[in-house]
Amino acid sequence: MPEHLLDVENLQVSFATEDGLVRAVDEVSFTLDRGEVVAIVGESGSGKSVSVMTLMGLTRSPNSRFGGSARLKGRELISASEHELEGIRGKEIAMIFQDPISSLSPVHRIGDQIVEQIRAHEEISKAAAFDRAVELMERVGIPRAADRARSYPHEFSGGMRQRAMIAMALSLSPSVLIADEPTTALDVTIQAQILEEFKQLRATGDSGVIFVTHDLGVVADIADRVLVMYAGRVVEQGTLDQIFYDPQHPYTWGLLGSITRMDREPPRRLPAIPGLPPSMVNPPAGCHFRPRCPHEFARCAEVPALESRVPEAPGHSDRCWLELAEKRKRRVINGRIGLAEGTVIA
Amino acid sequence: MARFVVRRILSALALLFAVSVVVFGIFEIIPAYNPARAIAGRNASPTTVEEVSRKFGFDKPIYTQYLNTMKLIFTGQVIDYQDDLNVVDQFRERFGATLSLVIPAGLLWLVTAIVLGSISALKAGRLVDQGLMVLAIVGVSVPVFLLAFLLLYLLAFKTTIFPNTGYVGITVSPIQWAYHLILPWFSIAVLSVGFYSRILRSNLLDNINQDYVRTARAKGLPARQVFVRHVLRNSLMPIVTIFGLDFATLLGGAALVVETVFNIPGVGQYEAQAIGNLDVPPILVGSMLTAFFVVVFGALADLLYALLDPRVRLS
Repeated sequence: MPEHLLDVENLQVSFATEDGLVRAVDEVSFTLDRGEVVAIVGESGSGKSVSVMTLMGLTRSPNSRFGGSARLKGRELISASEHELEGIRGKEIAMIFQDPISSLSPVHRIGDQIVEQIRAHEEISKAAAFDRAVELMERVGIPRAADRARSYPHEFSGGMRQRAMIAMALSLSPSVLIADEPTTALDVTIQAQILEEFKQLRATGDSGVIFVTHDLGVVADIADRVLVMYAGRVVEQGTLDQIFYDPQHPYTWGLLGSITRMDREPPRRLPAIPGLPPSMVNPPAGCHFRPRCPHEFARCAEVPALESRVPEAPGHSDRCWLELAEKRKRRVINGRIGLAEGTVIA
Repeated sequence: MARFVVRRILSALALLFAVSVVVFGIFEIIPAYNPARAIAGRNASPTTVEEVSRKFGFDKPIYTQYLNTMKLIFTGQVIDYQDDLNVVDQFRERFGATLSLVIPAGLLWLVTAIVLGSISALKAGRLVDQGLMVLAIVGVSVPVFLLAFLLLYLLAFKTTIFPNTGYVGITVSPIQWAYHLILPWFSIAVLSVGFYSRILRSNLLDNINQDYVRTARAKGLPARQVFVRHVLRNSLMPIVTIFGLDFATLLGGAALVVETVFNIPGVGQYEAQAIGNLDVPPILVGSMLTAFFVVVFGALADLLYALLDPRVRLS
């Protein structure tokens, strides 16, 4: 079996809090290869950000516990020493964060912040690193980059800041690029431009991209494969087409049902998934989605394994006990995919 | 920048005027205040007192007295009532001793506060942090005169590790200078170390969870660099402002307790004596000097703040 660029197996993250142990991430497994974009989708608090930050060791604290493994080109990340991780962060795995204004230091010049990252990993003069920072900024479409590198983050617009973040993340040509909701804080027009940057990056085939988002429109635009997370677990994973055209898990149906579509008559009210995500201290036994699921039945008290349940698509797996034929029947609501009749108020 | 300077100069003038009027006015309200009597001496006859009063213009309306005094101050001719010494000369002569006391003390408390505040923040909630918090509370609460006397008693009287008060100019002997000033420096620094380190600790804890700190870690910077270049760098701003003001009042004579206890011939000691004697000119000059330093160092702190934080504009 050929080795993957990144191989995450059975990743578990929990945090000790005053209320008890919070299981933020439970048995998450996936792989990533060069030139591939894997999207992780789910509501806030579903564990998607914690999962990816854990890959870089950014969730380490006296109160956090980890299980499972994540191997980057065969090197174990979860048990790596802090020193070892310092060499990997920014160089092998780089990350782009959601809010570029709070994610850049307000008191350092943009160029210097990129220089800092380059010089953390390479023996190179400040001037040479600065030249490289300017080149990178040009590459991600920042006009007058040589001047702009001397500006501070507050002098940049939101879109330019996110470009600067991308330039920073790309500065050492990382093999894995993690983007944690990189377009959420931006206007749609800027969003489209930033997504264009990611597509170009994918086209080079040098890096693998993990794209964390709750925006299925963005996923449809950019992802090769999709992981749907709910309450710390992956409830479904597959290729883009499998997730969008043959979704197996009711939660995925709900997500797909709650987006508006240009090619259909818009509903009077957008359908929503009823209820709230469960407490992560005391998650419901069995399937975590059970309390919100209109299709729940006796078997759901037992945790469904994440496994392939569609015979013709072995790479497509999900955590739902329903029979395949039953799923395909139940997910169609008024000619489109949805969670259940009651949730689509047309 | 020009607007900033002009504005600060105007506010300095306004402040000097207000301070001088208030201080001058206070002495008019004090019932037992009779400067002519103080100048003429305890046993002077009523006619002598009257003569002095006329000579010094104490019989004139208060605004005339005020204007005359201001004129004397700004032409450098004002004398104190107690010893007939030129007040401006006194301040000039004594300023060296005050600088010797205040500058090293300021550096001492700033550096110590940054180190202790950082340790507290990095070990927040642990034993070290709690111990430092107790020390900070003690440091803030203990009166300066008590601390100064205790230090003198224990370290200069009971055991003669340090000299029992006194001052040696730095030009005379740098070693003796420092030797005589260690206890005074320490006495001044203790209060501010407690205060500053607590402020810094809370700033650091606010900043340590900021997104840009996470970014700095994600870039692969070593933990020390993340802390110093990002967390600490972004937490120093409030400290800069209060340091400017505290330092300014000390230069203006706020170290008077320490100067008095350790018998350091600085401006604070002179002011303390003047206050005891209701000697208006030195008190007036001292207050105006303090006001002047507060404005100047306030402006310097703002400049430094703008340098440290590019989002701050000076206008």
